[in-house]
Amino acid sequence: MKVTLTVNGQSVIEDIEPRTLLVQLLRDRLQLTGTHVGCDTSQCGACVVHVDGRAIKSCTALAVSCEGTKVITIEGIGTEDHLHPMQEAFREHHALQCGYCTPGMIMSSIDIVNRKGHKLDEHTIREELEGNICRCTGYHKIVKAVGAGAAAMAKSSA
Amino acid sequence: MTNPSGIGQSVRRREDFRFITGNGQYTDDINRPGQTYAVFVRSPHAHATIKSLDLAEAAKAPGVRRILTGKDLAADKIGGLICGWMIHSKDGSPMKAGGHPALAVDKVRYVGDHVAVVIADTLNQARDAAELVNVDYDVHKASVDVGLTQKAGQPQLHAEAPNNTVYQWHLGDKDATDQAFAKAAHVTKIDLVNNRLIPNAMEPRAAIGEFDRGSGGYTTYTTSQNPHVARLVMSAFIGIAPENKLRVIAPDVGGGFGSKIFIYAEEVVCTWASKKVGRPVKWTSDRTEAFLSDAHGRDHVTTAEAAIDAAGKVQAVRVKTIANLGAYLSTFSSSVPTYLYAPLLSGQYDIPAIYCEVDGVYTNTAPVDAYRGAGRPEATFVIERLMEVSARQLKKDPAEFRVHNFIKTFPHQTPVIMAYDVGDYPASMAKALEMADYKGFPARRQASIKRGKLRGIGFSAYIEACGIAPSKAVGSLGAGVGLWESAEVRVNPIGTVEVLTGSHSHGQGHETTFAQLVSSKLGIPIEQVSIVHGDTDKVQMGMGTYGSRSGAVGMSAIFVALEKVIKKATTVAAACMEVPVDQVDFVDGIFEARGTNNKMAFGEVALQAYVAHKFDSSVIEPGLKEGAFYDPKNFTFPSGVHIAEVEIDPETGVTKIERWTAVDDFGTIINPMIVEGQVHGGIAQGIGQAMLEGAVYNDAGQLVTASFMDYCMPRADDLPSFDVGMTTTPCPSNPLGIKGCGEAGAIASPPALINAITDALGHENIAMPATSQAVWRATQQSALRHAAE
Repeated sequence: MKVTLTVNGQSVIEDIEPRTLLVQLLRDRLQLTGTHVGCDTSQCGACVVHVDGRAIKSCTALAVSCEGTKVITIEGIGTEDHLHPMQEAFREHHALQCGYCTPGMIMSSIDIVNRKGHKLDEHTIREELEGNICRCTGYHKIVKAVGAGAAAMAKSSA
Repeated sequence: MTNPSGIGQSVRRREDFRFITGNGQYTDDINRPGQTYAVFVRSPHAHATIKSLDLAEAAKAPGVRRILTGKDLAADKIGGLICGWMIHSKDGSPMKAGGHPALAVDKVRYVGDHVAVVIADTLNQARDAAELVNVDYDVHKASVDVGLTQKAGQPQLHAEAPNNTVYQWHLGDKDATDQAFAKAAHVTKIDLVNNRLIPNAMEPRAAIGEFDRGSGGYTTYTTSQNPHVARLVMSAFIGIAPENKLRVIAPDVGGGFGSKIFIYAEEVVCTWASKKVGRPVKWTSDRTEAFLSDAHGRDHVTTAEAAIDAAGKVQAVRVKTIANLGAYLSTFSSSVPTYLYAPLLSGQYDIPAIYCEVDGVYTNTAPVDAYRGAGRPEATFVIERLMEVSARQLKKDPAEFRVHNFIKTFPHQTPVIMAYDVGDYPASMAKALEMADYKGFPARRQASIKRGKLRGIGFSAYIEACGIAPSKAVGSLGAGVGLWESAEVRVNPIGTVEVLTGSHSHGQGHETTFAQLVSSKLGIPIEQVSIVHGDTDKVQMGMGTYGSRSGAVGMSAIFVALEKVIKKATTVAAACMEVPVDQVDFVDGIFEARGTNNKMAFGEVALQAYVAHKFDSSVIEPGLKEGAFYDPKNFTFPSGVHIAEVEIDPETGVTKIERWTAVDDFGTIINPMIVEGQVHGGIAQGIGQAMLEGAVYNDAGQLVTASFMDYCMPRADDLPSFDVGMTTTPCPSNPLGIKGCGEAGAIASPPALINAITDALGHENIAMPATSQAVWRATQQSALRHAAE
């Protein structure tokens, strides 16, 4: 069946099996392989994207349920010359090692800022990152990066 | 002048751009033209005989190209998976290993064991068809309990291994140890379980096999920590193709922690099947498959004793361990509970006699192999629990008791193989005590008690043996391979440099740290350096990344190759400047003719090496490219002290880690930022083991914890921030003085946390994982005991 949506500002029309997940549409059809799959139980958050401005786990959404929505993936934030402040913060604070969880972490972190504001304490960040698993970093530097990225987002939007 | 991208600088990682922008290229991100998809039919039973395998219905399903079984592998003379480390039992007999076919032939031995592979045009078609494969099993009782599997009457896994016993190995001097126990003023005895863990790198394993009819060669894209070892094993032992007809590419790999060292059935089958299907064959594990079929870690049952004299000195340690190896021997499984374990039982302590016995056993569970630390966390758990419990029984301060027993002069030969080269254990303890404000602990404990909480503090003074390892030494211990590392430094005519390394980066940041070394040595900006790894067609040979070896061994190989480059470039520079070669100095990237104004920058010399106009090419060979194979002289011995401080709510059992102090001695540090990150990640995995994680099989051999819903991974809100400090004694056995840092956190942290929790509870022991429920139960026992008193 046909699904029509906007991905990173581009309009997309695809003919898909009804059981196709949003993450499969992104990765397999649109070659947007920055969105990862780390589990099959909606636990790890490697697949987080924004749908109509809200973070969701794209491994648990049917693509057809996203009909008419605006989807933003990791490839849709920032540009090569002008990274998103949260991307920059992750690099500056060494908030990634293998990089596999990173796109989902960054997309979730931006969503946290959108919901909770630019002044985030450690406790809030740790609670809010509960849906994203990282096996490499022990989260210490991710927490620092999210705080710094949140503050930087305030400046960049000002 | 300080080189901003040189050794010792926290250079921001050069690999990060592609990861933060979604441009990483992991195996599952690769799609080959015409590729087909493999889905494995896996055993739902822990132990069964395959009576019949009916493929007819599945073969007719839409899109199905082939369904292959163990019989097809046998018909093509494809060998089974191997274990590359021979262990001999104490009676001298070689280990008793059963076969390990990539696809089962007649029997399945664990839930998730590979029965058949369905290959179809789409993933969904392959999944649908796999459901139609009809396997008739004769289900047997399973042997699951590591403590029972050797007992009479237990189900037998392999005819080759009576009583499910692979080996009965030992190390150390039994008589000397027994004599020390006979004379001991105090004996501490403790029973320990080192809980079974599931590695769970965030990127699930994946493989693509591709056969090229034109060249007759195969390419395997795979999630490997050591692509050359994968090629060697698939060529020399499994027999898919000779090495010159097999290219293995390990692109971006999303974490390994040991679990991606091993050569698994899936990459073997996808590679072999690609020729039969005539199309590339791709397989990507889903998370439950990963839980079922990735090699697990740890899983020891141990009794440990310490003999202590009247002066409070540990005179001997005696250990008996049963190590679960799972249903088959994975690639390096046999070495983990033997040579990677018992030689570390001396810890940081001067212990005259040690004796350790280890039985390696089969059970109907997934194979067990190296997981971050591999044997060394198990050894550290034994010795650090023993030291803690001993101190408490002797009513001594646990820090003072450790310092009293520390090795204080080097080199130090332990009674269990290892010759420690250097260290300053009292220094790391002193620094850790200060950072953790140990003096302030009693007041903090009183404050907690006032609030109705329990507070405890726990130590772990760990040592590990890294940089694995001198080839001759490991060969004498049974290793099937040498453990050197290779490097090739290619200088291009305009002075840019490509370094080809046999190490593999799957999160460690080699593209940055290795380039820092090159930048430092050659005096060129880091932007001029590229690090190439993970492709057997580019890098000739290598042993890969595990055992915290890439700094100590991999970078040492690069160092030696760079020395050769500098030597050659110096001869070129001398010829160009028309001075004797011994008159040329190389400083900060400039070749200077001593006593003259003549100088040449590194890039100019590179160009002259290639144009070859200014020297006699019958004397100096044109070009600038050098290689090195570096074999380490010794293991390296990183060490340190971790101190955990916890507060427990006795009403709920919730344990909050209030402080975590880590002081590590890793020798020379290339990039402090990256080293800190390695420490943090290791501590998190160790805290996971101690408080949260544990693989659970039920009596039927079903894995109860086979998803992130059931297996508790550490999350951001489970962990504190960490205080990390360093002390430094450079390693004397390699040119850079590096010891290695990748595993330290996971080795040090479980006993520190269990020592803290038991300190808070006033108990001698608590099993890992010490979940809130387990801690709550323990507090209830305390309450009952107090009520009874």
